[in-house]
Amino acid sequence: MAMKPVTFTLNGLAKAAFTEDGQNLLDFLRRGVGDMAPKYGCGQGGCGACTVLLDGVPHLSCLTLAETVEGRRVDTASGLAGATISPLQEAFMDRFAAQCGYCTPGMLMAATALLAKNPRPNRDEVIEAISGNICRCTGYEPIIAAILDVAEGRVGA
Amino acid sequence: MNPFTYRRATTAPEAAAAAALPGHRLLGGGTNLVDLMRKGVEHPETLIDVTGFSQQIELTPGGGLLIGGAVRNSALAAHPQVRRDYPLLSRAVLTGASAQIRNMATVAGNVMQRTRCTYFADPAASRCNKRVPGSGCDAQGGFTRYHAILGGSSACIATHPSDMCVALAALDATLHLLGPDGPRALPLSEFHRLPGDTPHLETELRPGEIITGVELPPPLPAMRSAYRKVRDRASYAFALVSVGACITVENGHFAEIRLAFGGIAHRPWRATRAEAALRSGPATPEAVEAALKLEFAEARPLDGNAFKLPLARRSAAALLAQLIGETA
Ligand SMILES: Cc1cc2nc3c(=O)[nH]c(=O)nc-3n(C[C@H](O)[C@H](O)[C@H](O)COP(=O)(O)OP(=O)(O)OC[C@H]3O[C@@H](n4cnc5c(N)ncnc54)[C@H](O)[C@@H]3O)c2cc1C
Ligand code: FES
Ligand code: FES
Repeated sequence: MAMKPVTFTLNGLAKAAFTEDGQNLLDFLRRGVGDMAPKYGCGQGGCGACTVLLDGVPHLSCLTLAETVEGRRVDTASGLAGATISPLQEAFMDRFAAQCGYCTPGMLMAATALLAKNPRPNRDEVIEAISGNICRCTGYEPIIAAILDVAEGRVGA
Repeated sequence: MNPFTYRRATTAPEAAAAAALPGHRLLGGGTNLVDLMRKGVEHPETLIDVTGFSQQIELTPGGGLLIGGAVRNSALAAHPQVRRDYPLLSRAVLTGASAQIRNMATVAGNVMQRTRCTYFADPAASRCNKRVPGSGCDAQGGFTRYHAILGGSSACIATHPSDMCVALAALDATLHLLGPDGPRALPLSEFHRLPGDTPHLETELRPGEIITGVELPPPLPAMRSAYRKVRDRASYAFALVSVGACITVENGHFAEIRLAFGGIAHRPWRATRAEAALRSGPATPEAVEAALKLEFAEARPLDGNAFKLPLARRSAAALLAQLIGETA
């Protein structure tokens, strides 16, 4: 099995790492690069726990081949916080939008992409944007409320 | 997952040449192929990434649209001209999968996606004539909620799962193909095959051929169109039944009608019998009822999916009533 170098930008920083033939982006990020934010839920496109942004657009890293991100920009939940946590993360805490937390990195990335494209989404648009992300714990309402808190300026204004 | 190599094709002819080589498969967004490789259903040795070309949506000289095979499903649904002139296509795509998957999935990959039959996707424990021709079909007598009521055979009752293709069928779309003998075009409605006793042969794509694009004819003046999908939950689920229709009505009569169903057959089901019965006739609920009865005369529902027959007829009747109402 051949090892191939992949150079890309991860959360704003230039990265280079080796991937094996056929490795998916989720495995590459976690084992190859050490970014543990994206999670393995189902491995078949059904849960969204592995959601990352590729050039700003939400993708499922479990179904993306690592080699396809050559030269591209990858953002994960690890990059959301700067010196302090981001407004979205703060809102998730305030609203208890994470219980076990397994879906949270994927939810945060789906919500980040939504707010970047549409800073003032309504409730239906929020639901649509996270409908590819499954949460077993919260019943979704706290997550929707947290995203709307940011959209409507109640957090991080 | 078996090891494989990955490379990018930069032109359609290069991809078509590579597609002809043994063990080679084309890779679009990977949302279906990578999943099936992980499940041990598909075992390509080399993947040819075809997302680097055929990415445009262009106006054709005749006033239609030519959609490149590598256009992402999300880009297709959001395209201003698609939303304005072919709203049912935009709607059908948006009812499918999730935002993440639509961002990844390509138009050609959507057309070529394989059935979601759970027995097909389970090599460890299930028999499937698609996976292993002649091995048997465990769906017969099994869980058939997502299986076919029309056009099935004793060898296979799988359905084609695409929402997009149902809209394309109702729009009379044409596929553009490129192969060793050059380019050719084929109506989408004739591209997917019925299973018969060769369910492993799913489309008319020849060895070494690739899909380069999908062409939509110009929108008819005063055309009304819509897409309706019935599923087990409001989002992120495949269709139990879906229906797409385009109509034009003049003086209370159907001047044109095109009707297609999803979730009920091995291919996007163009309702040619119902269309023929209705074309030029009165646009009334009674005529629609009679035509739908004709269309489903040969339906063979199973224990687990008998509900689909009334559901498909009622969904189509309701959709057509809505469209007729809009033309009044
Ligand atoms: C969880 C989940 C839910 C889904 N829900 C829905 C739904 O509700 N409705 C719906 O319609 N779909 C749904 N889908 C399916 C999704 O739409 C398809 O997986 C997607 O459209 C496939 O496109 P792709 O580009 O990712 O194809 P790939 O996986 O890359 O390829 C699929 C097939 O197409 C072939 N191919 C790719 N490009 C070409 C080309 N140019 N010429 C010839 N062959 C080519 C490949 O070799 C492969 O055989 C769902 C998928 C998942 C994972
Ligand atoms: S792990 Fe990728 S969608 Fe579930
Ligand atoms: S918080 Fe547990 S899955 Fe969402």
